[in-house]
Amino acid sequence: MSAPAILTRTRPATRETAPEPPATAATPTAPPPVASAAEGEPLLSFSGVGLAYADGTHALAGVDLQVRSGELVSIVGSSGCGKSTLLRIASGLLPASCGAVQAEREHLGYVFQDATLLPWRTVAANVGLLCELRGVPRERRRQLVQSAIDMVGLGGFEHHHPRRLSGGMRMRASLARALTVDPRLFLFDEPFGALDEITRLRLNEELLGIFEARRFAGVFVTHSVTEAVFMSSKVVVMSDRPGRIVAEVPVPFAYPRPPDLRFDPAFARVAATVSATLRDLVSPSPAPAALAS
Amino acid sequence: MTLLEERHDQPAPVAPPQPPAAGSACPPARFPVRRLVAPLLLFVVVVACWEGLSRSMHGSRAYLVPSPWSVLTKGLLAHDAYSQILPAFGRTAELATTGLLVAIALGLAVGALLYRFHWLERASFPYLVALQAIPVLAVAPMMAVAFGYSFFAKAVIVVMIAFFPIPTSFLLGLHSVDQGMDDMFRLHQASWATRFRKLAFPNALPNLLTGFRISAGLAVVGAIVGEEFFQYGQPGLGMRLLQYLNQVEYHRLYGCLILSSILGMAFYGFFTWLSQRVLRSWHESAQRRP
Ligand SMILES: Nc1ncnc2c1ncn2[C@@H]1O[C@H](COP(=O)(O)OP(=O)(O)OP(=O)(O)O)[C@@H](O)[C@H]1O
Ligand SMILES: [Mg+2]
Repeated sequence: MSAPAILTRTRPATRETAPEPPATAATPTAPPPVASAAEGEPLLSFSGVGLAYADGTHALAGVDLQVRSGELVSIVGSSGCGKSTLLRIASGLLPASCGAVQAEREHLGYVFQDATLLPWRTVAANVGLLCELRGVPRERRRQLVQSAIDMVGLGGFEHHHPRRLSGGMRMRASLARALTVDPRLFLFDEPFGALDEITRLRLNEELLGIFEARRFAGVFVTHSVTEAVFMSSKVVVMSDRPGRIVAEVPVPFAYPRPPDLRFDPAFARVAATVSATLRDLVSPSPAPAALAS
Repeated sequence: MTLLEERHDQPAPVAPPQPPAAGSACPPARFPVRRLVAPLLLFVVVVACWEGLSRSMHGSRAYLVPSPWSVLTKGLLAHDAYSQILPAFGRTAELATTGLLVAIALGLAVGALLYRFHWLERASFPYLVALQAIPVLAVAPMMAVAFGYSFFAKAVIVVMIAFFPIPTSFLLGLHSVDQGMDDMFRLHQASWATRFRKLAFPNALPNLLTGFRISAGLAVVGAIVGEEFFQYGQPGLGMRLLQYLNQVEYHRLYGCLILSSILGMAFYGFFTWLSQRVLRSWHESAQRRP
């Protein structure tokens, strides 16, 4: 509870590049300059959600989480702690065993760890798939597909099949496909986990650009602390199985965030807090900066 | 918008697509010739061995292996040979094609049905396997009793022999749909029919086309076996084979054998071509290796 406060206070002094005047950015959830109509509306809320799989695996226990539009919440935690399970419940693919779930289901974007492109379809046909399933008229679909493809920078590759794309480009196509439903709730399951560092950084920045433009409510699962802090307005740390939320670390930097925010000492301090929390999960020791919840 | 600005100062990735030039212009020019060299060489070797074998046969057994040249001239190109063998070839091709098409239609229907109803698949699969294990020659007489010595009875034999690989390969492909892709379809409330049409069926195509290829070979075998058994109606290759064997017409017997294998190759070749065409743009199996 003390660490973020300190970070917030030091921020104006250490960041000359900050586009926001220091005075308005003092609160952790500083409202962004581009505000949409439904800003702050809760689009995902979990209360006391637990899940046990049919084989008895207890994957989640007592998860409380709320994500509002304009918020991008990262979830970090060790492998197998139930992060994907949490997203599957949020999307409605998996019913929770207990607890209450409320979530936007109509404008729902879901990007899986693999690009899950249909190999027999071209990029354009893949991106148009969801519109097709929803019965969007052909002409409107074409526009949506084109704008989504342009937004992720895949222009010129519309007629390529996935096997001729690089891993990064496949992920872009997957992202474009999700964008066609105009997501208000956007779930990302380690979308860039399989990519090299350079591509991952670039896609982080681009996704952030899209987030800044669209202001959806986002849940971003990742294994990378840097990625989590750079992308999100709040980092949620989950315990080992059964997964429960052990800490929530607010990230007090306003959007839009410049790429070199990653080199900011204040950024490093938030990242250190998250890392320390994760480490304590592995080897319990007197917690240095235990945070809320 | 920040996104678009950032894209412009990126160096390489969004150049106009270059791969098509390398991917489509180059290989077709070189492809056929290089591919034919190895089979042609082997052909020469086989014919040479055959010739050697026929020369090494002595006395009363020499008729068993006529030389390649005499098979070509006396067994295939002589008028009394081709006037019998070519029509037989046509009839056998017709029988095999009919049987194969029926097997494909039935196999697709059965595969889709078993995929739709899981319990049905569990219930009936053992019987499908059992059916496959029944020796066809044992049931052929029953066919004769049931359907008479007809084209239909022969076609039933072909279907029985060629059927099995189609539903099994089809089901394998249908069931190997990626979980994530299926999730995506479910997430957007796609009906079973939509998921079948847009996901499971295309996903099964590589397996299915392999099944077609196997069945095509089996259909040719089935057609010849059926003809050999029934010995009825206009003679096909199977009937001619038996006839020449009985008449000790070994030149024509070899001619018949050659045409049978040409028929098998034609069927196989057609389905190989078909699967190249269908899968070329997306499946690894249809990519040319240098
Ligand atoms: N269908 C299932 N049936 C039974 N157990 C499952 C199933 N799916 C996942 N699990 C188990 O539930 C736990 C949580 O899985 P989940 O996929 O949510 O983990 P995760 O946090 O996403 O891991 P990772 O970071 O490796 O992707 C794991 O122990 C896993 O073995
Ligand atoms: Mg996972």
